[in-house]
Amino acid sequence: MARAELMDYDKALELFEPVIGLEVHVELNTTTKMFSPAPNPANSAFHGAEPNTLVTPVCLGLPGSLPVVNGAAVRSSISLGLALGCTIAESSRFARKNYFYPDLAKNYQISQYDEPIAYEGSVEVELANGRVFQVPIERAHMEEDAGKLTHVGGSTGRIQGAEYSLVDYNRAGVPLVEIVTKPIFGAEADAPELAKAYVSTIRDIALSLGISEARMERGNLRCDANVSLRPRGTEPLGTRTETKNVNSFRSIERAVRYEIQRQAAILAKGGTITQETRHWHEDTGTTSPGRPKSDADDYRYFPEPDLLPVEPSRELIEELRAVLPEPPAARRRRLKGEWGFTDLEFQDVVNGGLLVEVTLTVAAGATPAAARKWWTGELTRLANAGQTDAASLATPEQVAELAALVGEGVLTDRLARQVLEGVVAGEGSPREIVEARGLAVVSDDGALVAAIDEALASQPDVLAKIRDGKVQAAGAVIGAVMKAMHGKADAARVRELVLERAQG
Amino acid sequence: MSEISAEQVAHLANLARIALTEEEIEHLTAELGQIMQAVEKVSEVATPDVPPTSHPIPMHNVFRDDVVGDNVLSPEQALSGAPESDGSRFVVSAILGEEQ
Repeated sequence: MARAELMDYDKALELFEPVIGLEVHVELNTTTKMFSPAPNPANSAFHGAEPNTLVTPVCLGLPGSLPVVNGAAVRSSISLGLALGCTIAESSRFARKNYFYPDLAKNYQISQYDEPIAYEGSVEVELANGRVFQVPIERAHMEEDAGKLTHVGGSTGRIQGAEYSLVDYNRAGVPLVEIVTKPIFGAEADAPELAKAYVSTIRDIALSLGISEARMERGNLRCDANVSLRPRGTEPLGTRTETKNVNSFRSIERAVRYEIQRQAAILAKGGTITQETRHWHEDTGTTSPGRPKSDADDYRYFPEPDLLPVEPSRELIEELRAVLPEPPAARRRRLKGEWGFTDLEFQDVVNGGLLVEVTLTVAAGATPAAARKWWTGELTRLANAGQTDAASLATPEQVAELAALVGEGVLTDRLARQVLEGVVAGEGSPREIVEARGLAVVSDDGALVAAIDEALASQPDVLAKIRDGKVQAAGAVIGAVMKAMHGKADAARVRELVLERAQG
Repeated sequence: MSEISAEQVAHLANLARIALTEEEIEHLTAELGQIMQAVEKVSEVATPDVPPTSHPIPMHNVFRDDVVGDNVLSPEQALSGAPESDGSRFVVSAILGEEQ
């Protein structure tokens, strides 16, 4: 694939104003699917099920099967709409979006078109530099997810050249809420970061509502980024592209930045932007063209005749509004104070998209400082090395357990990093890994004393110095003991014992 | 009075994945035009005080409890009607075009 020409980012910003729009799909974690009582794979209880084991006749579009709306999914959608500051529709209905593709067996997706459940909201998003944006929300609507296709044959595994495809309908019918922003103006050079911070905020909201597992690497949260440029001093919006397949926070930022640079290079040469979907490639950090964007008319939307309108009562809406969690921006301000972090420390957490992880790790028993240290330190380093998000590598419970092991003196920081590598490699919980790998600090004084006595005996000159009061000489013995213990000893305790044994 | 063109019929046929000959398109263009005219009669009585109807029964809020049903299929059942499968998934021919 020929690499697209890119304009220098600062130059692109000088010539053009970027306008972005974001579509975020949130998979709800209800027990069952949107329109069928099949188990929902977006609920962690059913994650990783074998193909086509979570399906009913409705999921397969079998003749005679009829959808029925999941009331819990409607409540989750209303809660999400309220948390986005939206108005909840008095009357909302489902619509058929017609297309032929085997990811849905019915040849249509049940979605919402002209009467979404929620519309006209706003979400406060804060950037690392302290800028606060009100991101305008156009709508949030309910729909069903599609099945998963695996393309087999051909050289790349991509669609072109595939010989056949395998279809798993477990995901078909998973409840989704699609949140669509209005065009976002004024972000300027911060547009890529704003895109990332916005999706991170949506994740915070979904998690604090408890309505989604919200794990990007599992596809619980998916983002399509629309980007267009308009020359400085002009009014009409430029032609936009829609970048899909953006599956981590870091790629959202990179994909938006890439599209700004790519489009700027084309426009500056007098070229035109093709309105199309583009696919993001994490490995190369580039986008490639997909299909030309279909006209909405081509989907031949019409009201879903198999389902009745949803008309949430005022009482239900107020009941759900009353139990809404604190808005993310307010929660951030509160947590920063509670945790006693400096601005810089808190920004590290927020920029890493780790606010929820640190919160949950603290809830699981770790100190805020320890939770921050592991998430923004070693886990972020491992995530960067693996080009993924730290949140995908370990759970808050695992990190809290690791911090506890360090607090109990079972692990030194150095050993804890080894345990963490085991956690990331999926070897089990920190305690299991300590056990399996034999990584615990040797806290048995008997074993330490034996090693110390041996080291002292083999270095009589050092022993003499220590006895003369030259305590710093003990370093050589401590080093030898740590080596004999393969680093699995607490150096402070070894020092104490060395001094004690030297006097004896 | 709304007209429907042969191009629109051909486009719709393509969207619906129906192969039509030129003669069929010509024939259907005329027929669909008549159907459109018949349906348009409705607008004559659809005054502003008559809301659009998408469902004949005045019901709303029919919901299901969020409980797993007893009609979950086994993979064998799910695949039993498939022309081809690999034992756990449906096999479909290579697709030109892309996910929506």
